[in-house]
Amino acid sequence: MLSDLVSNSPFLGEVMSGNIPADPAIIARVYRSLRLIRRTEEEIARIYPSDKIKSPVHLSIGQEAVAVGVCDVLGDDDVMSATYRGHAAYLAKGGDLRQMMAELFGKAGGGAKGKAGSMHLVDMKANVLGMSAVVGTTIPIAAGYAFALGREGQGETERRITACFFGDGATEEGVFSETLNFAALHKLPVLFVCENNGFAIHSPLSNRWATEALCERVATYGIPTHSLDRDDVFTIRETAQKAADEIRHGGGPQFIECKTYRWREHVGPGEDYDDSYRNRADLEPWQARDQIKLTGDMLDAGERQAIDDEIETAIADAIQFAEDSPWPDPEELFNHVFAD
Amino acid sequence: MSSPTERSLSYVEALQEAVAQEMERDESVFVIGLNVDDHKAIQGTTQGLIDTFGPQRVMDTPLSEDAITGICIGAAMAGMRPVHVHIRMDFLMLCMNQLVNMAAKAHYMYAGQVSVPMVSRSIIGKSWGQGAQHSQGLHSMFMHVPGLKVVAPTNAYDAKGCMTAAIRDNNPVIFVEHRLLYSTDAPVPVEPYTVEFGKARISGQGTDITLVGVSYMLVECLAARDLLAEVGISAEVIDPVSLMPLDVDTIAASAEKTGRLLVVDNAWTAAGASAEIVAAVCERQAGTPLIVSRMGYAPTTCPTTPALEKGFYPNAATIASRAHAMVRPNDPAWVPDVEPTLPHEAAFRGPF
Repeated sequence: MLSDLVSNSPFLGEVMSGNIPADPAIIARVYRSLRLIRRTEEEIARIYPSDKIKSPVHLSIGQEAVAVGVCDVLGDDDVMSATYRGHAAYLAKGGDLRQMMAELFGKAGGGAKGKAGSMHLVDMKANVLGMSAVVGTTIPIAAGYAFALGREGQGETERRITACFFGDGATEEGVFSETLNFAALHKLPVLFVCENNGFAIHSPLSNRWATEALCERVATYGIPTHSLDRDDVFTIRETAQKAADEIRHGGGPQFIECKTYRWREHVGPGEDYDDSYRNRADLEPWQARDQIKLTGDMLDAGERQAIDDEIETAIADAIQFAEDSPWPDPEELFNHVFAD
Repeated sequence: MSSPTERSLSYVEALQEAVAQEMERDESVFVIGLNVDDHKAIQGTTQGLIDTFGPQRVMDTPLSEDAITGICIGAAMAGMRPVHVHIRMDFLMLCMNQLVNMAAKAHYMYAGQVSVPMVSRSIIGKSWGQGAQHSQGLHSMFMHVPGLKVVAPTNAYDAKGCMTAAIRDNNPVIFVEHRLLYSTDAPVPVEPYTVEFGKARISGQGTDITLVGVSYMLVECLAARDLLAEVGISAEVIDPVSLMPLDVDTIAASAEKTGRLLVVDNAWTAAGASAEIVAAVCERQAGTPLIVSRMGYAPTTCPTTPALEKGFYPNAATIASRAHAMVRPNDPAWVPDVEPTLPHEAAFRGPF
């Protein structure tokens, strides 16, 4: 398999495989999104020891390509649901950067006025559904949102779709299987995306799965599945594009499993390769095909620099916004317990 | 007295009518749950809805209470108004994660960016062998969590008004029904109306003791009031109607008047609605002497055989006896000589 060759050969690992879009604007857009997420999270990791961010952060560094490849084919009106490791998906879907940073700082300018923090990011203006820290809980909620949207279209009519991200651990929860069945039964317009990074906190798949045939399990519900054994952003994008088109026209749910790798520790800003559960050597093949470097290398140097500069400006602005934003008023504690 | 715009309906008919009228009024309302569309129609409470509104709005489900609750939450966030039906309250335990971790918290955690207007209907069973897992009154578990409303109407009028209000409410509402209330009748207006949550109802006035009856225990409290009247004790009976929000003012005012408060729950007493009501009233009555007591399920699992089940529940006689002891502590203990089973309960036959 190509993936085996790539994993075993640093030389081949630096080559981007097929599916590269002909339109250079797409390459630039994908690069911009990947780079924005990476640099934002690197800044979060830099600030974190200062204790200005009083919220556990589960960084997506290394996993950006799944969120970016899928979200790039979603329209503004489409909906996205993600997990507590949600910075990448939030930004890839167009969530507001300033509000995200202020939310991490616990400030009134945050998207949820500091009540959410990193684990419950939300931006309904960008159709980013709220994230959850209880693994698997958002899966049926995304399907329910899709259920409501599905009523907008009939037959071949185009409808808005919901992309639902979750990790490998979530597929072990009963609610995952329950939701797949319901979504297939009612042909809900939802694209399920499993970001399989191989670990539930520190527990490897070998401790948790009787077989690794996740796509086979899902396929028994009558759901078309796509198994991607590496996180090549343009392969993800093309897979998502085709799936989304079919879902949009009434084809019912589809499922993508994409292998990926979490470069940092489960929670917190650092690395953990000196801990007992994994080795730095495991990281190296993934780093060798870092999607940010590979997509960036496809751009003209001047264009790339302009994008990089724009990103640095946006992140600095967001951090300043978070710093300047006031704390929420004490009475905010009691707001939103109930809706009016 | 029935007027032209009011007739006698059963609790079942009142629930059915409320849902049908709200579905007519608002296209975003839909009913979902196992067997809501079948010939038995959840004891008749969803009767005819499938014929009127079709399978898009009256949906049978797989036995996936966890996921269906989440699907209701997601649909509610997207602007729909689901009514999720459970034939027994015990099954709400399968929904606990979604109700507690998502439905209750979404509006707050996302600072108002979404709301979750949904109703979870569930029925408490009693008698004819309901046993350990078809009999539980678990409302206090939901009262504990900010963001959930909990209502337990005890008559057909409140059933319709509370259901209409629950469907129109922009929050998740746990709607607590009791199987033995289903056959009870009351005058019910034809037109839609709402019963406000957080307003208790004084179901019978009195001066010597305040009895608060939760869910079906309200019926037993009213029967106890009649028994107490025969020995010259005047009991005031209060139906909280809604448990969250809870109308502490009305209960506290009554308790202040009578000086005695006996709360009878259709549930266990430990960490339950009765504990909450007594504590809330006592806090309000600081400095005023108040005699309080609680009754509820025996602190056991509910047994199936009637030989043991009869000792599991409070009834009119045991409630009257406890009230008598509170009002006349120096008198010998008194237990009224009546059958522990009320006429409509005796008429109940399974299977449900």
